[in-house]
Amino acid sequence: MTQSTDFKEFRTQTGNWIDAHFPASLRGRSPIEFMARAVPADEFPEYHAWRTAIADQGWGTPTWPREYGGGGLTDRHARIINEEIARARAFNPIAGMGVMMFGPTLLEYGNAEQKARHIPPITRGESRWCQGFSEPGAGSDLASLQTRCEDRGDRFLVNGQKIWTSGAHLADWCFCLVRTDTTRKHEGISFILIDMRTPGIEVRPITLISGYSPFCEVFFTDVQVPKENLVGQLNAGWTIAKRLLQFERSSLSGGGPRNVSVDLLKLAREYVGVDSNNRIADPDLRARLIQHATRTRAFQLTLKRVAEQAGAGNGVSTITSILKNAGTDIQQTRDELTIEIMGQRGIGWAGGYDANELEATRTWLGGKATTIYGGTHEIQNNIISKRILGLPDPPPHGRQQ
Amino acid sequence: MILNEEQQMLRDSAQAWARDNAPVRAYRQMRDRGEPLGFDRKLYAQIAELGWTAIAIPEEHGGMNMGYVSVGLILEELGKTLTASPLLSSTVGASAIVLGGSKEQQTQWLPRIAAGSAIVTLAIEEGPRHAPDQVAVQARREGKQWVLSGTKRHVAEGMAADAFIVSSITTDGRIALFLVPATTVGVTRTAQQTMDARGHASVQFVDVKLGDDAELRGMPNKLLDAVLDRARIALAAEMLGMATQAFTTTVEFLKVRVQFGQPIGSFQALQHRAAEMFTDLELTRSVVEAALVAVDTQSAELPLMASLAKLRAGETLKLISNEMVQMHGGIGMTDEHDAGLYLKRARVADATFGNTGFHRERFGRLSGS
Repeated sequence: MTQSTDFKEFRTQTGNWIDAHFPASLRGRSPIEFMARAVPADEFPEYHAWRTAIADQGWGTPTWPREYGGGGLTDRHARIINEEIARARAFNPIAGMGVMMFGPTLLEYGNAEQKARHIPPITRGESRWCQGFSEPGAGSDLASLQTRCEDRGDRFLVNGQKIWTSGAHLADWCFCLVRTDTTRKHEGISFILIDMRTPGIEVRPITLISGYSPFCEVFFTDVQVPKENLVGQLNAGWTIAKRLLQFERSSLSGGGPRNVSVDLLKLAREYVGVDSNNRIADPDLRARLIQHATRTRAFQLTLKRVAEQAGAGNGVSTITSILKNAGTDIQQTRDELTIEIMGQRGIGWAGGYDANELEATRTWLGGKATTIYGGTHEIQNNIISKRILGLPDPPPHGRQQ
Repeated sequence: MILNEEQQMLRDSAQAWARDNAPVRAYRQMRDRGEPLGFDRKLYAQIAELGWTAIAIPEEHGGMNMGYVSVGLILEELGKTLTASPLLSSTVGASAIVLGGSKEQQTQWLPRIAAGSAIVTLAIEEGPRHAPDQVAVQARREGKQWVLSGTKRHVAEGMAADAFIVSSITTDGRIALFLVPATTVGVTRTAQQTMDARGHASVQFVDVKLGDDAELRGMPNKLLDAVLDRARIALAAEMLGMATQAFTTTVEFLKVRVQFGQPIGSFQALQHRAAEMFTDLELTRSVVEAALVAVDTQSAELPLMASLAKLRAGETLKLISNEMVQMHGGIGMTDEHDAGLYLKRARVADATFGNTGFHRERFGRLSGS
C-alpha cells in the first residue's frame, strides 16, 4: 500500500515538474525534428533549456545509475515519467541510439574509464551515436562482416565500409563491429568505438524511397583508433553485439502509450464519412479498422505486461522477443490504413496536398524499413523459433534430400 | 498481472491436480463412456473439495472471495487438459446471483454452489447465433406470479444444472433474468450432443410459474451484460489454456517427427509459422490477463475488455488448433490423437457467448467506429 502511495506521489510531483518546465513553444513538436539535424544552442534556446532541465533530473535515462548522470529509478518510475510527458503533450529530448542501445550495453560490458567518459554525455543528450554494424555483404548474415581492424602496436587501423548507418552524418561517435580475426567467423569480431571526426572517415547519405535520407554509407580508410576504445576482449565482440541487438529489438517495437487507433477512426470519419447509423461508411474498411484497433490494444497491453514483469524483478522475459515483429506489423498496417483512408489525397508527393497527407505518404514508405532493419521480420522469427521454442537448426548444406 | 503468493500456489495446485487427476486421457475416457452429463461427477467432487467452486463467491456465503484472476488461473490450467467440468458455468451462475440476486436467493443458492452441491448455469441462447438482446422467451405476469414460456438452446451443463439463469422478455419489453430451479413444473430438457462431448442441452419452459421473487433485480438493464462479460472472460481464460497446450504439444511434435532425415521442426517454413503462433499467443495472454483484472477492479472498460479477450482468444485458438492438425499431418486427423479434441472444443468455445465476429463488432461499437 505504502509503495503505491509513493508512486502516486511521484506521479503528481513529476507531472507538476513537467508542467512547470516544458516550454510552451515546444508543445506539439516532435523530438525527431531536433534530432534529424544539428541544432545550435543559439538557434533554439527553449529546446536546449528543456534538454538541460530534463538532464539535471536524470530523466532522459531514468533507470541508469546516478553516478553516471542517470536517474537511479525503477522501471515503474520510468514508465510514470513517460506517461506524464505524454500527458503534458511534451517530449523527452534525450533519445537516440546512445540512450536506446549503446548506453545500456556499455553499462554492462564497458570498463570504468569507458563508462565515465561516454555515459554522462549520453544522459545529457550531448553526444550522438551511430551504429556501424551492417555492411554491403553483411545484412541478415551480420557475422560475415569484413571491415578490417588491424593491431598496429599502439593503435588499431580500420579499413572497410558500413551501410544503413542511421544518422552517421550527424553522429559524434560510432559503435562499430570490426573483423579482428579473418580465420574465424563469430569469434573474429570485436566491438570498438570510433570518433567520427577521425581523419579517413567519409559519410554519404542514401536517398530512400520515401525521399528522405535517414541512412548513410560510411567509408573507413586507414582510420586510426586508440586501443582504449576496444570494448570487452579482442574477438569477443559478437556477444556484446547480440546484447545490443536485444536492446535494439525492444526499442524498435514502437507502440508506446499513445492510443493510435482512436486517431485512425477520427481520420476515417473525416475522409470516408459515416452512414445513417453513424458508423464509418465503408463497411469493409471499418471492419479492418476495428481489427487493427484490437491488435493495437493487445500490443499495448503486452507492453504493459512486459513493464510489470520487469518491475517485479522477473528480468527480461521471453515476451520481449515478439515485440519487434508485433509492433512493426501493427505500425505498417496503420500506415497502410492511413493512406487508404485518405484515398486520392493519400498519394501526394509534394504540392497540392496538406501537410498531414504528404506526411502520410512518406511515413508509409519509410515504414517499410522497419521490418528490414534491426533484424528482418524473418530473422526475428528465426530467433523466436530457435532461442525461445528450441526448434532445431537445419542440417548443413547438401545434406537435405 | 503479477501473481501474489496465494495465486501462485493456486495455479501450481491446479496444474498438479490436472496433470495427476484430469489429463486429456480422462476427458477422452469420459467421451468414450458416453457420459450423459458431459463431465465426471467424481472429478467435480474433487474440484469442489479443493475449494475452486467457492473462489468467486463472497465469504459470507461460504466462498473464498478471491476474484476472477484466481478463477482464470484455474480455468486456464484445466483448459490445458480439456478438463470437462461445470466449474465455469457455476462460477458465472454464482456471479449472476451475487450481482443481481436478492438476499434470499443468495442465501439459498450461493453456499450450495460454493460447496459444489448445486450447479447453476446461464440459459441465454435461442437462435443459431449469439444475440442476447433478441429474446423470444416470454415472461408475463399472472397476479403475483411470473409465467415463463419458450425455449433456450446451447445451455452449457444443461443436463446437470440444478437451476438456470434465464433471460426473457417481459410484456413491457424489458429483458429480465430469472433464477429457475430445474425441478420447477413445466421445465424439460433435452440433450444437445455437441462435438466436444460436453453437456449441452435445450431447455423448454411451458407456462412455468415462478414466484414474484424469482427475478434477479440487481443492476437493472445492465445485469445481462455484466454476467455475460464475466462468462466471456472466464471462457477466454479456458481458451488461452487450450491454445497454450495445443501450441506446446505441436512444437514438441515438430522436434521429434523426422522426415527427409531431419526433424521437421528444422524446416524454416514450419519454424516461422510456429514463431507467428507464439507471437499471437503472447498478445492474447496479455489481453486475457488484463480482462480478468478488469473484472476484479470493476473497470469501466469491462465490456470492451471482455469483447477483446473473447475475440483474441477465439482468433488465436482457431489459428493454433488448425495448425495443430496440419502440422501433425495424418496422425492429427485420427481420432486416436488429441489434436481433434482440441479442434472440436475450440470451435464450441468460439461459438459460445459470442464468436470472434460478434465481439469484433461489439469492440468496434464500444470504441466509436
